[in-house]
Amino acid sequence: MQNKNRYEIIIHGRGGQGAKTTAEILVQAAVREKKFVQAFPSFGPERTGAPMLAYVRISNEPIRTHEPVVDPDCVLVLDETILDTIDVTQNITGTEAIIINTAKTKKEISERMKFNGNIVTVDAKGMSLDIIGENRPNTVILGKLAFVSEKVKIENITEAFRSKYEKKIGKEKTDKNIKAIEKAYNIY
Amino acid sequence: MYKKNNISIALTGGHAVGEAMRQINPDVVAVYPITPQTPIIEYFAKRIADGEIDTEIIPVESEHSAMSACIGSSACGARTMTASSSQGIMYMFEVLPVASSMRLPIVMAVSNRAISGPINIHGDHSDAMVMREMGWIQLFAENVQEAYDNMIIGCKIAEKALLPLATNMDGFFTSHSVENLELLRDPDVKNFVGNYAPRQHLFNFDSPKTFGPVALQNSYFEFRKQIFDAMNKVPDIFNEVTEKFKKLSERGYVSVERYRTNNAETVIVAIGSVCGTVKDAVDKLRDKGKKVGLVKITLFRPFPYKDVKQALKNAQKVIVLDRNLAFGTKQVLAGEVESAISQEVQSVVYGLGGRDVYEEQIIDLFKGKNNSGFIM
Repeated sequence: MQNKNRYEIIIHGRGGQGAKTTAEILVQAAVREKKFVQAFPSFGPERTGAPMLAYVRISNEPIRTHEPVVDPDCVLVLDETILDTIDVTQNITGTEAIIINTAKTKKEISERMKFNGNIVTVDAKGMSLDIIGENRPNTVILGKLAFVSEKVKIENITEAFRSKYEKKIGKEKTDKNIKAIEKAYNIY
Repeated sequence: MYKKNNISIALTGGHAVGEAMRQINPDVVAVYPITPQTPIIEYFAKRIADGEIDTEIIPVESEHSAMSACIGSSACGARTMTASSSQGIMYMFEVLPVASSMRLPIVMAVSNRAISGPINIHGDHSDAMVMREMGWIQLFAENVQEAYDNMIIGCKIAEKALLPLATNMDGFFTSHSVENLELLRDPDVKNFVGNYAPRQHLFNFDSPKTFGPVALQNSYFEFRKQIFDAMNKVPDIFNEVTEKFKKLSERGYVSVERYRTNNAETVIVAIGSVCGTVKDAVDKLRDKGKKVGLVKITLFRPFPYKDVKQALKNAQKVIVLDRNLAFGTKQVLAGEVESAISQEVQSVVYGLGGRDVYEEQIIDLFKGKNNSGFIM
């Protein structure tokens, strides 16, 4: 039985793609909304390119469990090639969104996955290349998550991004990243 | 005196421990920062590089040297800390008991991980369990908040007991997990740990002393007995320090925490991050009228036999979870609990090498559906 006060997310990515950063920005955004959060990675061999997972919980109550997310309310896929080897639809029984970073259409992906649930596609890679000039889908995809889940406000995601990265990458690049996140939020 | 002015944020266990170290600002931190290390030292070293604190960091060439440098520095009267895990601890093993025999209050943050072989650096308690007879005080954390608090509490306990102390948090499950926590204010931490002024140290030239001498048949025994006696005084020190910490933080710690053990017929005993998962399982079963509870061990060395006995006095069935596998003997925690309550327990090993453990598996244990001795 799902705890109604808790929103749980599984992020699929490959080592080096920044799934851990995706999770971290998301929970820092939720902390700005006074939520209880938990985010932790599940590494396999800790090797660049190997599939890995990150789990996120956002809750109105303190979080005590340390079990992996079993029954997600939303799944993020940072790399569509993962769909060939990993079943990302586990325990997705209803309208929970599976948000996939891909340039393909929802129909193409549905057919490839043989899955008729709530697939949401977003060309996070394309947007990040266009706007930032680098392939950084891992944070851009959060714009789409904010739009679909309505669990965290987009301005808190962009502010969480700014506070983590502005010192490191400078204002100009931060602004570009935020523009890309906002674009992913607005396009549907 | 206490002002509710704590800062609520979310950090990984590693960063939270690094933050506690920044606030404590020890004199010396000697480390070998390579896998299997944790982000603790990376975070902490950055604070030094940014000029926020003036701790002298000594990067050494191995974990053996890290602990050796800690011993030298602590013997000179410096407040000294380090961090390690897994094979790192195995490599510093030779010098771990030297720290306790020289009665040096070194504090080591341990992110508990598996030991080789086969090669695995993921979360379990194997490293802590091999350390358990080394004369080190050992505290365990359930979550990020406790990992942070244990550093501050631990620093004080070690210095009062004059024994080295390891704070343990589950590798990855806590060390790499971002969770909410309340930080204390910098001046409150400073004030709580106070200045470190050891009674005896190598740099006290008015009263020169020898540290770490040869002690033969006529005195070795006495030295070892002193560690034994010092360890026996730790429970009182633990209570005194945690009482004071509660006044500061409103967070109370006890050596043995009881969670819904009133009238509980079946009780799980555990340490570390799994305790949170067990608490959720207990709540679910309690909602259905099942009389179950959890006993969580926070102070693992010295082992709180009396408190464990008291906490389990009405339990009909006791299940003990160990996150390491002992060969040819009883499991460590199970054996300790059995000897505390003079009664057999159901011993269960789980989560080796970072294997996940699920609430459903804990519920099965409570219901008596898994009697294999393992959650695999």
